[in-house]
Amino acid sequence: MSAGNQTPVGNGLVKWIDSRLPVFSYLQKEYAEFQSPKNFNWFWNFGAILTFMLVLMMITGIFLAMQYQPNTELAFDSVERIMRDVNFGWLLRYMHANGGTFFFIAVYIHMFRGMYYGSYKNPRELLWILGVIILVLMMATAFMGYVLPWGQMSFWGATVITNLFSAIPLVGDSIVTLLWGGFSVDNATLNRFFALHYLLPFLIFGVVILHVISLHVSGSNNPLGVDPKGPQDTVSFHPYYTMKDSAGLAIFVTIFAFFVFFAPNFFGEPENYLAAQPLTTPAHIVPEWYFLPFFAILRSINFDIWFIEAKLGGVIAMFGAILVLFVLPWLDKSPVRSAKFRPVYKWFFWIFLLDCLLLGWVGGRAPDDLVFEGLALKVIHLGYLSTFWYFFHFIILLPLLGVFERPKPVPKSISESVLGGGNAGASATAKPMEKA
Amino acid sequence: MGIVSKLRRTAAVAGFAAVAAMVSTAALAAGDTKHPEERDWHFSGIFGTVDVHSAQRGLQVYLEVCSGCHALKQVAYRNLSALGFTEGEIKAIAADFEVTAGPDSEGEMFQRPAIQSDNFVSPFPNEEAAKAANNGANPPDLSLQVKVHPDGANYIHALLTGYADAPDGVEVPDGASYNPFFRGGFIAMPQPLFEDGVEYSDGTAATVDQMATDVVNFLQWTAEPEMQQRKKMGFKVVIFMIILSALLYAGKRKLWANIDH
Ligand code: HEC
Ligand code: HEM
Repeated sequence: MSAGNQTPVGNGLVKWIDSRLPVFSYLQKEYAEFQSPKNFNWFWNFGAILTFMLVLMMITGIFLAMQYQPNTELAFDSVERIMRDVNFGWLLRYMHANGGTFFFIAVYIHMFRGMYYGSYKNPRELLWILGVIILVLMMATAFMGYVLPWGQMSFWGATVITNLFSAIPLVGDSIVTLLWGGFSVDNATLNRFFALHYLLPFLIFGVVILHVISLHVSGSNNPLGVDPKGPQDTVSFHPYYTMKDSAGLAIFVTIFAFFVFFAPNFFGEPENYLAAQPLTTPAHIVPEWYFLPFFAILRSINFDIWFIEAKLGGVIAMFGAILVLFVLPWLDKSPVRSAKFRPVYKWFFWIFLLDCLLLGWVGGRAPDDLVFEGLALKVIHLGYLSTFWYFFHFIILLPLLGVFERPKPVPKSISESVLGGGNAGASATAKPMEKA
Repeated sequence: MGIVSKLRRTAAVAGFAAVAAMVSTAALAAGDTKHPEERDWHFSGIFGTVDVHSAQRGLQVYLEVCSGCHALKQVAYRNLSALGFTEGEIKAIAADFEVTAGPDSEGEMFQRPAIQSDNFVSPFPNEEAAKAANNGANPPDLSLQVKVHPDGANYIHALLTGYADAPDGVEVPDGASYNPFFRGGFIAMPQPLFEDGVEYSDGTAATVDQMATDVVNFLQWTAEPEMQQRKKMGFKVVIFMIILSALLYAGKRKLWANIDH
C-alpha cells in the first residue's frame, strides 16, 4: 500500500506509526472519508448494530467463561452461581442470553433488508455470501452456547439436533459419535461445545472483516438500488453516517436494555431453569425462537420422497433452506435491484416475509395441534404449505420474475430521484429519511 | 404474571408480535389441565418489589412444611439477610441443620451444624433416596421453581391451593393426589398445606391461601434474588439510553439538515 506517502493523518507518534503501518490512514480512508450514498434509510443501521452486538457478545462471554464450569456435574450450578454470587453476574448473563436474541433480530432484519433492496446482486454477490457464512457460524455458535447452561432444553435440544446428523447415509453415525465425543450427549459433548463456542465468535469476527472489506470495494447499495454517479450522490461516512449509526444504535440498545432489565427471560424457555435430566424427556422440545423456521422445515418433511427417508429428507430440506441463500444472487435474474421498482417482486417479498413468520409459528407448535378449534387443519398442514412456499419462492418464482416482470423506470441517479417530484432544489429543510 | 402479560402486549405493538407468538409456544401440555388464575403479586410489573414480610413468612412455611421433601440448594443461609433477617436469626436457622464436613486431622468425616455460609441443606442425600421416600417421584429443588413453570408464581399458588376431590368416575392412582392444575391431574405430592399448618409469629392468620401466597413470595425471591437491584439499575440505564438516543437523534437531524436526501 502506498497510502503512507500521502497520509494527512495526525502528527508525531501517529505519523511515525502510520508511515510504517498505515492503520490510521486506512481508518481515515475507509471509515471517515469513505463515500456512501446519501439516501440510506434506517435499515442501513443494522450493520453497525451487528458489529456492536458481536463485540458485546464476546466481552460478556469472556467474563462468563471466567466463572463457568464446562462439566455436566457443575455447569448448571456454576451458571446459577454467576447469577447469584458473582458481582453483576446476572447482568453479564442476561446481556449474553438476550444478546443472542437481539443479535438474531438484527441479523434477520439486515438480511431481509438485503432481499428487499437487491443488495446481493452484482457486484455484491461475494459480500452476500460472506454474510450467509456469518449466519451459519452464528447459528452454530448460538446452538452450542445454548447447551452450556446444561438445563433441560440445553440437553434435549442438543440431543435432538445432533441426532439429525445420523440421517446422513454411511457417515452419519460416525459424525454423531464425533460430535458427542462418545455415545450420548454427555460431558465430552459439553466440553467440546464449550471449546467451539469460545472459538467460533472469533472466526465470525474474521469473516465480518472480510465482509466489510468486500463492502468497501463495491460500496454500499441504497434504497433506490442505483449506483452513485458522483459526489452529488454521496456523503462522507464520517460524520454523516457515524452520527446516524450512533443514533440508531442507541435506540436499539434502549430496547435491548429494556428486556435485559425488565423481562430478561421473555425470550427464554422456562424449562431450561431445570437442570438437565437425561432420563426425563420434556413434553415439548423446542429450540430457541431464531431456529424455529428451520425447525419447522425439518419437521414438515415427515414422508419418504422416493428412496429418501423422511428423516434424511427433513435434514436435507433444513440445510437446503440455508444453502439456497448462497445461490440467491444467481436465482434472482432481474437486472433491477430495489423492490421499489419491481411491482411484482415487491408483493412476493412481503409474502415471503410472512411465510418465514408462519414457519416460525409452526416450528413452535406441536405438529398435530389443531390450528383452530373445530377445523380439521393441523399445524403440520401449515408446515407443508409454508415449507413448500419457502423453496418455491427461491427456486421457481425468483428466476421466473427475472424474466417476466416488467420493472418500473429506474431513476438515473440518486440526486435526480431525491430532488425530483416537482420541487427540485427546494427542499433545504431536513426531511425524515424514511420516506423511501 | 403482570409484567409478562403486559410485555406481551407492548411487544406486540412494538412489532415483535411474531416473535412473541413463537415464544408463547411454551404453552402447557394442555389436555384439560386447569389454568391458574392471575393474581396480583407485589413483585410483578416493572415497579414490583419483594414483599419482605410475606417472604419472611414464606421462609417459615418452607422450613416447616416443604423442606421435609424439597431441597433449596441454590440458596445459602447468608442470603437471607436480603430478606431482613439478622445475623443471629440466620445463625439460628442454619444451626437446625446438620452437614457432613471434613475430613478432620484423623481423616474422618464428621457432622457439624450448618453455618451461614452453607447452602440450604437438602432433605435427602440423593435423588434415589428422595424418590424412595416419595412413591417414586422426585420432589424438585424449589430454588428456581418460579422460573421453571410458565407463569410460575400463579401456577405454584394454584397448585398448592388447588387440591380437590377427584370428579366422579376418576380413579386416583395409589400414592397420588388429584390436583386439576397439575399436568395430567395426578400429583405425587400429597396436599402440603392445611389451615393453621404453621403458626405465624406476626399474628397473620395461616389460611391455606395465605401460606401459599407467602411461600410463593419467598420462592420468587429465591428464584430471582437480584430482581430489585436489576429493576433499579434498569431504570437508570433505560432512562439514560432514552436521553442519549434523543440527543443523538437530534444531532443527526441537525447534521443532515442541509443535505438533500
Ligand atoms: C411429602 C413430601 C412433600 C412436601 C411436604 C411438599 N412437596 Fe412439593 N412435591 C413433592 C413431590 C413428590 C413432588 C413431585 C410431584 C410429581 O412429580 O408428581 C412435588 C412437586 C412440587 C412442585 C412441582 C410441581 C410441578 O408442576 O412439577 C412444586 C412447585 C412443589 N412441589 C412445591 C411445594 C411447596 C411450596 C411445598 C411446601 C408448601 C411442598 N411442595 C411440599 C413432595 C412434597
Ligand atoms: C457470536 C457470538 C455469540 C453468540 C451468538 C453466543 C450465544 C450464546 C447463547 C445463546 C448462550 C446461552 C445463554 C443462556 O441461555 O444462558 C451462550 C452461553 C454462553 N456463552 Fe456465548 N455466544 C457468543 C459469544 C461468546 C463468547 C465469545 C464467549 C467467550 C468465551 C461466550 C461464552 C459463553 C458462556 C461461558 C456461556 C454459558 C453461560 C450462560 O449460559 O449464560 N459466548 N452463548
